[in-house]
Amino acid sequence: MRLISFGTILFLFWLALSGYFKPFLLIGGIVCTLFVLYAARRMKLIDSESYPAHLFPAASTYWPWLLWEIVKAGWSVTKAVLRPKLDISPTMTRVVATQATPECIATYGNSITLTPGTITTRVDGNILTVHALERGGAIDLEEGGMDARVTQFERGR
Amino acid sequence: MILIDVASWLLILAGCFFILTGAFGMLRLPDLYTRMHSASLIETLGAGLLFAGLMLQAGFTQATIKLFFILLLFFLTGPVITHALAQAALEFGIKPKLTEDRRGRLDDDGKAPASDNDGRPS
Amino acid sequence: MFTVAALAVIAALVLVVVRVLRGPTLFDRVLAANSVGTLAIIFLAVLGFLNGRPEWLDIALVYGVLNIIGTIAILKFFRHGDLAHDAGEDDA
Repeated sequence: MRLISFGTILFLFWLALSGYFKPFLLIGGIVCTLFVLYAARRMKLIDSESYPAHLFPAASTYWPWLLWEIVKAGWSVTKAVLRPKLDISPTMTRVVATQATPECIATYGNSITLTPGTITTRVDGNILTVHALERGGAIDLEEGGMDARVTQFERGR
Repeated sequence: MILIDVASWLLILAGCFFILTGAFGMLRLPDLYTRMHSASLIETLGAGLLFAGLMLQAGFTQATIKLFFILLLFFLTGPVITHALAQAALEFGIKPKLTEDRRGRLDDDGKAPASDNDGRPS
Repeated sequence: MFTVAALAVIAALVLVVVRVLRGPTLFDRVLAANSVGTLAIIFLAVLGFLNGRPEWLDIALVYGVLNIIGTIAILKFFRHGDLAHDAGEDDA
């Protein structure tokens, strides 16, 4: 089931990038898709961690929220960089990830890194060590707004 | 469509602004870890807004799909690279310049430690 | 308008290349080199539109994949001194 949906996505990716619909190229695409599927299966790459199909519906609402967070954080980093007098306050802190599965902890860590101004530097179990450009960014993470949103994403909303 | 043109030009200009800011920050900020924040500004906001403007210019064509995939590549792999870099640098022993180190607020089990060393200066 | 974007990206490239040259640590250079790659991809995309040839986006896409592999390979090499290092071997 997972294999079929992954293969479909791969083939659609091929079609989107090639843009030609000649029989020879279509057959080539199918052969490549099958070969990649075979290789991925042999390497045991297709499991719920590397291909989290159950999270795709929730991602449709999670991504817009994350993009808006990126815009807000990016603007504050821009202000910090362009301020005539440089007064940044780099801070390191540790936060707890309340997600249950490794892929969702990875989602949380990557979301932290993706928003400008905060970087996940270490992951030990569910403790994330974070470097923030400004003290406010670290405090925001400690309060756990983003953590709560990712946990909500894990539950499928 | 003049409206789409204006919107896409605004997006492209905003993207250029963030790219230049990020590059400028990479020169101005004092140490490796702070420069990483500036670099991620280029990858996320700069590339995102610039490519959104280019997508509007291209309309619904194959170019838009390809731009979308490049952007997806940035957004999915950018954090992985930044994280790998930060972790490698920390393990190598490069100390970040901090005004406040709050790492002591949690010990390795995720509990607040008994002694109150919250917010010790580095 | 694409010309303005191309010029902005070139200016950003110059700033980042200065960071590559100034260092001071290896990781600064790797970070800046990664940013150079990112900016090159953006530049390729903008140039494709400037010349009216969206085929250049394919090159940009491939360059993006190479950029990731290159950066991770450099980091892995300098951390373990070996590209074939397996993290699982240490625990076993």
